[in-house]
Order: sequence, then structure tokens, then C-alpha cells
Amino acid sequence: MFDSLSSRLEGVIKKIRGKGRLTEADVDEVLKEIRTALLEADVNVGVVRNVVARIREQTIGVALSQALDPSQQVVKIVNQELTAMLGGETLKITYASRPPTVVLMAGLQGSGKTTNSAKLARWFKSQGRQPLLVGADLQRPAAVEQLRTLGRQIDVPVFSEPGDPVATATRGLAEARRLGKDVLIVDTAGRLSIDAEMMEQVRQISANIEPDYTFLVIDAMTGQDAVGVAEAFHATLAIDGVIMSKLDGDARGGAALSVKEVIGRPIAFASTGEKLTEFEQFHPDRMAGRILGMGDMLTLIEQAEQAFEKDQAEAAAEKLLEGEFTLDDFLEQMQQLKKMGPLGNILGMMPGMPKELKGAQIGDEELKPVEAIIRSMTAEERRKPEIINGSRRNRIALGSGTSVAQVTQLVKQFGEMQKMMKRMGAMGMGRPGKKGKQKGGKASKGKRGGGMLGMPNIPGGLPNMPGMPNIPGMPGLPSGFPGSK
Amino acid sequence: MEWIYLALVALVLVFGLGVLVLNRRRTPELNDERTSEIVRPPRPAVEPRPVSTADASPGTAVLEPAEASVEVESEVEIEPDTDAVAEPETYERPSFTSRMSKARSALTGAFLGIRSRAGITDSSFDDLEEALLRADVGVRVTDELLSGLRARVKSKEITTPDALLDALRAEMTGRLEGADRELHLVPGEPGSPNVWLFVGVNGVGKTTTIGKVGALQRSEGRTVLMAAGDTFRAAAAEQLNTWAERSGAEFVRGAEGGDPSSVIFDGVERAAARGIDLVLADTAGRLHTKSNLMDELRKVRRVAAKGAGRVTEVLLVIDATTGQNGLTQARQFGDALLSDDTGVGLTGVVLTKLDGSAKGGIVFAIETELGIPVKLVGLGETIGDLVAFDPEQFIGALFAES
Repeated sequence: MFDSLSSRLEGVIKKIRGKGRLTEADVDEVLKEIRTALLEADVNVGVVRNVVARIREQTIGVALSQALDPSQQVVKIVNQELTAMLGGETLKITYASRPPTVVLMAGLQGSGKTTNSAKLARWFKSQGRQPLLVGADLQRPAAVEQLRTLGRQIDVPVFSEPGDPVATATRGLAEARRLGKDVLIVDTAGRLSIDAEMMEQVRQISANIEPDYTFLVIDAMTGQDAVGVAEAFHATLAIDGVIMSKLDGDARGGAALSVKEVIGRPIAFASTGEKLTEFEQFHPDRMAGRILGMGDMLTLIEQAEQAFEKDQAEAAAEKLLEGEFTLDDFLEQMQQLKKMGPLGNILGMMPGMPKELKGAQIGDEELKPVEAIIRSMTAEERRKPEIINGSRRNRIALGSGTSVAQVTQLVKQFGEMQKMMKRMGAMGMGRPGKKGKQKGGKASKGKRGGGMLGMPNIPGGLPNMPGMPNIPGMPGLPSGFPGSK
Repeated sequence: MEWIYLALVALVLVFGLGVLVLNRRRTPELNDERTSEIVRPPRPAVEPRPVSTADASPGTAVLEPAEASVEVESEVEIEPDTDAVAEPETYERPSFTSRMSKARSALTGAFLGIRSRAGITDSSFDDLEEALLRADVGVRVTDELLSGLRARVKSKEITTPDALLDALRAEMTGRLEGADRELHLVPGEPGSPNVWLFVGVNGVGKTTTIGKVGALQRSEGRTVLMAAGDTFRAAAAEQLNTWAERSGAEFVRGAEGGDPSSVIFDGVERAAARGIDLVLADTAGRLHTKSNLMDELRKVRRVAAKGAGRVTEVLLVIDATTGQNGLTQARQFGDALLSDDTGVGLTGVVLTKLDGSAKGGIVFAIETELGIPVKLVGLGETIGDLVAFDPEQFIGALFAES
């Protein structure tokens, strides 16, 4: 989602990498690039100005201090500033002592209130709560119908009645009490922040239901206007948090950065896909890492923990390091990986993935040829791929509907990977640093452009990140990652 | 413990995708369809215009009803032809400036600052830059506009703040001149309806726009069918149906989750059978990054032109609040549709929700960089609030002071 921003910043950093010291002109150039990167990412002009000023102040200090590697220092400063901008911790929902906990959804037209109301209801449900949805968008044709349909899909009741939105919301609250529901989510009509009448209406809704949480839904694709909108809604409703919708596109999400900075309220949730399950709590610290191309390791781990069978994963890892990992094991792990959701999303969270892959359209079906090839092998071939000769290759290619070259490639790469794993196993896991620089890997990266992302390429993004361990070939050692235990 | 998961994920990804990427490089040789696409001659940079009324002179509206018997005043685009329809409503057209000027604080401040200075200084340019950026015009376009102005200030061609602002305004207006902003309705045999396809990301207002366009076309005496091609979003068809009922348009829908192209095909067939002039085809909101959904859109377009229908407009709906991503949207939607055999990419942009605080400056970048003309603008919630785009007023509203 923030790929463009991170790739631009990477470009900036590359320019100064290796320089012994930064001159004033270097600093200016870097800052100009950072400014452009942020503006192109739709970060608010005013916010950009402040951030760039703060970065400048600190960077000039760096230039003077003649630090060993100024590029590292700059990355560190930028990282700090971005994290500060995204800010603080994940919003923790505190439930009302006297249920129901009331949530009010507000936002512009088309920002995604109705869909996100349902997603939020689903999320509460997954937290063991019993939500009730209230359709108080009586403006848009069929909005209530949409909410009802979504409610059926997630098995959450929906209350609404025609007439006055304020009355409907109030009745909804009474209904939630009557039904003993512990969470109430009120969907409201989209409104422009400058429409006084409609803003008054939502203020009245708010006054009547006294929400514990008021969420402003903001489209990730919003431009400079996001800040003004957020300010206006905040002034009327006292926003508690923002829900970022449509973060699954390639929008750079600068609005996300700015809103937090301007109204001082965190982004609470992010919607990352069209499916009702594609909705998660927003972790600002993780997002900063993601913007800087460090990947979102913690989310990745969380998702992996849910998808992978623990015993199997451990066994597989063991085999891997001992060099006994077979294509069968690989196939098995691939099935687990599929459970983690769309590949594109996973890739986005991987640290240092080559740009080509990050930007590429990668659907789940893309791994199919790999799977088909392996499935077309005999059990023996899967155990010992080295026995695959010309005629076997032909057979496998025919059987899997691929080409001989593809089969050859797969076998060859698997061999290389096995070797590498073995080596790593021999070196012992759990030794941070050391393996990070990977000069060889870097060299192979250029021309073949992620073609063989042999493991050595993994530390692509921003190597030498201060405060981060150099991500070793296998990102096996999260000991130094922010927030890891 | 975590490292195990990470290791496995990385392994599968890196290995699996490594093979994949290598294989992809080879796909052009392996895949005939792709090859044929690549071989296709380069398309003209300028949108091929749909054939419009044969003698349409520039400047006059080309909208003419298919039934040639009734003489409708076709030069005036606004006045509805009241006697032709049963329940024609006249819609009051708001002026651009009155709606857009509701929120102009950010820009006004900048322009006041510039005028308040005795001469042109660096701060004048900083203010201008900020104003343009705040309007979502974008860094690149802004830099371009300002470097031109800087040169002219340097050569003493521009010497006063007022002249500076006027020059910028003239420059921007000039860049939007000469585009074809007509909505093309090609009169033809009865039974060969025009199809206008509406595309865009989620939540920009496609369905609402169709409802309004339909009502306006009805009020101008044309027969309209609305096809609910958004089979994805819950209750999208109900929403469109409400609009169809309001405006007296025919309505075709399919099953929720069904194939959108078949809905639109059915719509075109029904319109053809009943001699309806215009099919307005809704599509589900889709992010331009989802390749499968873009493929689906290509199919919709192909199918819409398969039978009796002629696709005369493919309109990208963009929300005025959209930031720099709008440019990517326009590019991607355009490319996706262009690569289809029917030859035409996007024919225009509809800019919605311009009555809010957002300036919609991104359409300036879209039109000047990609050559896709802005055709319609949404200035409010009522039907009459959808108006033809007027560059002068649009730029004027960006610059509105007082």
C-alpha cells in the first residue's frame, strides 16, 4: 500500500549511501526528494513542511558530526519522524462498563462507511462480542438494504426504520439494550464536511446516542482534502479514531500520515480488501517500518501463526536447516502459506522484497505452475530431485502443462536453495548480524532483477538500517525488530 | 518461535516466486494471446473520438435523439425538451463557482498573500506552489507550471503579483482548451442503442452519476435503460433501480454476485428490442490494482459491443477528494480498456463531489498528462447538480477570491 512512498525514499537514500559526509547541498537534495516523495504520497502540505523542517534540523547536525555513514543516520531520522507522525500505539478498545459500547461511524460520501460498519461488526464478533448494526443512512438509496445484506453475511442483526436518522439511531440504542447486545454500531449517511445542515444532523445523532467511539472513515486515496475533512468532523463530533478504507490499492496513504498529525487521533483500523474479513487493527509502529521498506514483520508473523500448523512448521524448519527439506515438504508449506491470504499482501509485508515483486501483480494462481510441476513428480523424484534426467523432465513438463525449461529451472533453484539452507544451518541460526551485507547477493540483484531472489537478495530494501539488525539471508532473527519479544 | 514461520514464508515465497518471475519473462513466447497484443500497432496518443453526428460543428452539442422526426434544439445542451416525455423535470443548473467557492480558504489565503506583496518574491512562488499542491494538482504539474512562470518573471515579462496570478490562470485554462467534452450519442438504426459505460474505483459515485445522467437524458427526451452491472456490492442494484424508477428509465439487473457482462449484455439486448436510445451501464467499483477485476472490465466492454450495442462513451468517475492516486487510476483504467480490441480507452472523466471542500485538481493532471477530457462535474446531490465541465469556471473556482 505504501509502496510508492517507500520506493521513493529508498531512491533518496541510495543517492547518499556511501558518501563519507553530507554537505549542505546533499542535505538540501535529500530533503527535496523527501518532500516530493511525501507530497506525491498525498501527505498534507502543511504536515510536509513541518516534517521536512524537523528532519532538516536533525540532518544538518549529522552533516556536521561527520558520522561514519551519514546515509544511515538520515534513514534513522526519517524513520523516527515517520513513526512519530503515524504515532503512538494501537488504539485499544475499552468496552463500556454499562453495555452497549456505542460506536458511531461518520465520513464523506463513498468513503466506505457501510462496508466498514459491517467489517467492524465482524471484528467485534471475532472478539467475542455481540454487535447490533443500525442503519441510519436514510439518504442514499438502498444503503440500509446494503447493510442488511452485509449483516446477513456476517450473521449480525441490523436495525433500521424509515424516517428520521436521529430517531432511528436513538431507537437503535434502545433496541440494543432490549436485545442485550453489548456493541452498537451506527452507520450514518455520507456527508460533506461543509454541509452545515448534515453536520448538525450527525451532531444530534451523536448527542442522542452518546457514542463511546466515533470513527471517521477516510478513503486511503484521499488527497490534500483529508486533513480539512478530518478537522471539520473532529470539531463537530470529537473523533476518537480513523478507519482507513481501501488501503489495498496502490494509494500511498499520505492522508493516513497527515490526519494523525493534525487531529491527534490515531488510525484505529485499516481496511485492506473487499472481503469482510480484510480488516485489521492499525499498528502505527509497524506501518512506519513498512513505509521505509522494512516490511511488516509482526503482522506477517501473526498471520503466519494462524495459518501454519505449529508442529509441522517446526519439523519443516528443522529439516530445512539440516538440508533434508524435500519438495514434498515444500509443497506442504506452500499449502499453509496459501491460507495466509493473497500473495500480494504477504509480499508487501516482507522486508526488503525486490521492487519488481512488490509492484507486480501477483495472484494466488501464480504459484500454480510450481505446484503443478512438483505434483507431476514421482515420490522418489520429490525426495531426490537430482535424479531427474532428460526424459523425466519431459514427462514432468507434459504432466504439469509447463515447459521443460521451467522444470529445469525449478529443480536447479531448489538445489541451490537446499545448499544455502544447509550452509545456514551449519552456521547456526540465531546469530544476528554478520550475514547481512551479502555482497554477492547484491551483485546478482541488478541484472536479473529479482529473477532468482536467491535468499541472499532478501536484504534488498534498506540494508544497514540503524536500529535494525541487518536482515540476514533468512529473516530468521527478529530479535532486534521493533516490538519483537 | 517466530522465526520458523518467517523462514517458511520467506522460503516458499522466494523460491516459488523466483521460479515464477523467471517463467514470466518467457511468457511472451509461450502465450499467443499476449504476443498478439504486443504486436498490435501502437495506438495514437490521442483518444480516437467516437464517430459523432456527421455534421457536428465544433462547439455545438452533438446530442441528437435517435428518432430523427422530432426536432430537438440540439445546440443548447441544457434546456430540456419538455413535450416529449411524460414526466420531464426541469433541472436548475447551479453555477460552478457558487458551489465550489463554498470552501476556498486555503487557496484564497495564498492568493491574498501574493497580492499583498509589492512585487514578486520567492515567497510568492512558495505561496502559489502551496496553493496548487493543496488543490491536489500534484507536484509534477505544479513544478512545470511554476518553472514556466519563473522564467517569465525573470525575463520581466511578468512584473506584478496580479499579472502573475493572471498568467497562471491563463496558462491553466489554456491547457484545458480544445478538448472534446461532448457526450457522444450516435444516432443510428433503431435497435442499435448507444452504450455508456461507467467505471471507477469504489465509492466515487458511479451509481449516483448514472442515476443523474439517466434522469437528464430522459428529460431531454431520450429513452434510457439502466443496466445494474455492479453485481458485487450489496444492494447496488436496488440503488440503481430507485434511480431508474425516479426517472422513468428501463432497468435490467442480474443476480447478486452474478456475471456483470451478462447483465449488461441483457440490458443492451432489451434496449435493442425496445428501440431504446441509450444504455447506461453501471459497473462495480474496483481498484485499478486488481488485475482480475480489470480483466472483468475488459470483458464487460467487449460484451457490451458484441450485439446490437455501440459503446460510445467509457467514462471514468473520479471523486474530487482523490489525491495523486487519481492519475494512476486514470492511467490504469485507460490502459486496461485500451488493450482491448474495441480500440477506445477512456473517453472521458466525470468529476464527482466537487461541492465539498476538495478542489479536484487531480483532473487537471489527468487531462493535461493523459489527454482524457473531463466531461461532467457533480456539484451536489440533486439530479440537476450534474453539469457539463467548463474549464474556465473550474480554474476560476480554483482561483476564487473574496
